[in-house]
Amino acid sequence: MSLSRPELQKMLDVVRATQPIEIDCDVCLMQVGEFAELNLVGKPIPEGLKAIEQHLSICDECREEYEMLCVALRK
Amino acid sequence: MTDDRDNNVWIETLQSEGPLREAALSDLRGMLLIGLKTALKSRSDFVDSLLDDFVQDSLVRILRSLNQFHNRSRFVTWATAIAIRVALTELRKRRWRDVSLEKLVADTGFEPSAAETSPDRESQPIIEAMYRIIGSDLTEKQRTVLLAEIKGMAQEEIARQMGSSRNALYKLSHDARQRLKQGLEKAGFTAQEYAITIS
Repeated sequence: MSLSRPELQKMLDVVRATQPIEIDCDVCLMQVGEFAELNLVGKPIPEGLKAIEQHLSICDECREEYEMLCVALRK
Repeated sequence: MTDDRDNNVWIETLQSEGPLREAALSDLRGMLLIGLKTALKSRSDFVDSLLDDFVQDSLVRILRSLNQFHNRSRFVTWATAIAIRVALTELRKRRWRDVSLEKLVADTGFEPSAAETSPDRESQPIIEAMYRIIGSDLTEKQRTVLLAEIKGMAQEEIARQMGSSRNALYKLSHDARQRLKQGLEKAGFTAQEYAITIS
């Protein structure tokens, strides 16, 4: 069994988004609330939170958690 | 979610003792119950009977992490993010606990299979280079983590089966992606060239 097309696509996408310095999932968790609050009111993301945006583009699990946080906050 | 306390009051109260703390804990528990129920309701693997345990485990982690709250969001937003991490980690664990990491990676292999992927002419050379680099430039651990993640296996479960932690795993995965990126660049593919859609 080899990788499916969506898996190959995912592999290329995450490799393309890879940066020399990245934050890990625990750092993301501590800051994702601020990122979500800014996004939900349509404010620009400051430079200090760009690493969160990049992490969310790489990490499926943190992205899923972020999307669920937005669902909870919208309520 | 409504929240009458400001952030400093939340932190001070939760770090104190007595009836005010108990009231704050009770309010936070109620907010997390509502937040988690709202966030998780679309998941097919979630049932209401799991909520109390999720909230209890979340409260433990939140109280342990109070010194990591830096007042840059509402306290309840920060706490809800932790509760969602706790809940999803448990749900993912249940989903993947019977899947063997070793078998998953062994079954994936590193050879392009025309029958399964049938990539178009544009993406074929990049995909072949990617498989070659995965096979030759990555360590066995890097290969394992990268392929298991691409297959969607839960990071906590990959970490458990490798005797590691989620953060150590992220470092391995980052190193693997960097090597793969450098390998593709060395093979003559720029990031722009592999910004393609595999059809």
